Amino acid sequence: MLALEGVWKNYRLGAFGTRELTAVRDVSLRVGPGEVVSLIGQSGSGKTTIGRMVLGLAAPTRGRITFDGVPVAGLRGRALRRYHRQVQGVFQDPFSTFNPVFKADRVFALVRDGFFRSVPAARWRQRVEAALEGVRLEPADVLDKYPHQLSGGQLQRMLIARALLLDIRLLVADEIISMLDASTRIDVLNLLGELKATGLGVLFVTHDLALGTYISDQTVILRAGEVVEAGPTEAIFTNPQHEYTRDLLAAVPHLHRRWDEPVK
Amino acid sequence: MALHVDDLRVHYRTLRGDVRALDGVSFAVADGEIMGVVGESGCGKSTLGKSLVRLDNRMKQVGGSVTLDGEPLPIGDDRAMNRFRFKSVSVIPQYAMSALNPTRKIGRLVADLLAAHGISYSATRPELLRRLALVDLPETVLDNYPIELSGGMKQRVVLVLSTLCDPALLVADEVTSALDVSTQQAVARTLVEFRDRGYVRSMLVVTHDISLVYQIADTIMVMYAGRLAEKAPSDVVVTEPLHPYTQLLIGALPEVGARFSDRKLTGIPGRPPGLRNPPPGCRFRARCPLAFDKCAEQPPFVEVAKDHRVACWKAGS
Repeated sequence: MLALEGVWKNYRLGAFGTRELTAVRDVSLRVGPGEVVSLIGQSGSGKTTIGRMVLGLAAPTRGRITFDGVPVAGLRGRALRRYHRQVQGVFQDPFSTFNPVFKADRVFALVRDGFFRSVPAARWRQRVEAALEGVRLEPADVLDKYPHQLSGGQLQRMLIARALLLDIRLLVADEIISMLDASTRIDVLNLLGELKATGLGVLFVTHDLALGTYISDQTVILRAGEVVEAGPTEAIFTNPQHEYTRDLLAAVPHLHRRWDEPVK
Repeated sequence: MALHVDDLRVHYRTLRGDVRALDGVSFAVADGEIMGVVGESGCGKSTLGKSLVRLDNRMKQVGGSVTLDGEPLPIGDDRAMNRFRFKSVSVIPQYAMSALNPTRKIGRLVADLLAAHGISYSATRPELLRRLALVDLPETVLDNYPIELSGGMKQRVVLVLSTLCDPALLVADEVTSALDVSTQQAVARTLVEFRDRGYVRSMLVVTHDISLVYQIADTIMVMYAGRLAEKAPSDVVVTEPLHPYTQLLIGALPEVGARFSDRKLTGIPGRPPGLRNPPPGCRFRARCPLAFDKCAEQPPFVEVAKDHRVACWKAGS
């Protein structure tokens, strides 16, 4: 479905763009239907840049990103709009994604204005409610409320519901649970797990290795824009080949084992 | 005993009434103890940390007392606290990376800070350099502006600065939350090393990350909606928690290797009560699977085993 082939991204820095920074170098990966691919890396590893390029918010400097064989970078106008009906993103901070001045359900109204003007109001309302039920939210609890009246977990699930209204096939989830409390985090992850069963592909961008393993099928470890190790999640976590992956795994705080204790 | 907190109540004043962020919190921290304070956002853990150092103008101490080494700590009196701040109680704030003045070189900042507390910079400089070296920072950072340092380096600079006067108590508020796993590990280990070397006598590590605090803390205290839920040695909290909230919280953490397809973890349904008008009785009642009639009464925070205190009617009975 989604394929990245030898993708590079350079940013120009400094006055007059005299310096160049390579944020992503030669990254290739694929996301199929119903597949969750975790993109794990530390800050500055280029993971968010990759997410932005997949969403068409930035163009790769070199290489190709294709969705169903069609290059993403060249999409304009109506074709881009059709692409965004199938591919959507949800980002890290739910509180800054929403405009605090407007009610939170405005995100749904914006989708209607942008894509479904012909749908009558009553039918649209049914679709919103169905999408909210799909993300385990009670419509009465969240509709007609301002963002500050809702919890982070609720807002984040509303954004996923918004994406689901568009009959999407690929979701770019950029650190979507980092800002949530432990007790609501797992609900959002379980939701992604269930959506995956219905055929949704997910590009799950995170810095947290524990969260990355929970639902993913494939894992890609990034360092400074380069793929260090990629493969099936099980294999990477049980038998990491690269030293960097091993160091990263050793630094993760576990609940029942201290850092200095040997692996049980 | 280094720190004694007795029935501390701190409220936030808002236009719509007081928010009871800390509602009767009592505990003690021993000399050389690292205590982790964990809980969800809005449970009062940061308020607890802040109130031991400085109450900002929205916060007011409504009741209770704090004693440090037998001397009462006048936390309600901003002026009187000046004598204690930095020298005997110190803090690493939540956003330590923005705690540094961006227009001053680090060295100049330290000199200003020491001058404000009447300490000579030139006399302290050798010790400062020793400690910087200990956290792997070269002498040249003193000539850098904060923007020239990475997040982890800034965090370590702030760590060295806050502990320069060997405080009896250090409050570390979410110090590792914004860092990458490997930097996180380095900073957490430095906290332990500073304790071992006696730069800091006792420490309160405030965080939402139980797995991280388990790595470094001797005791873990779990807070829920402005009250203490459970306090025990860290191994006990993680392996045999007694409060249903602690049990559910630990059950909701995905470990590396846990898989959705193998075993589905569950979150805690519902959300914490608002603290403006908290419900009477146990505050976890509405979300608790074990709740029964008696929970309408507030459970006392009692010792059920040695060093293990729980506020739940079902625990220990």
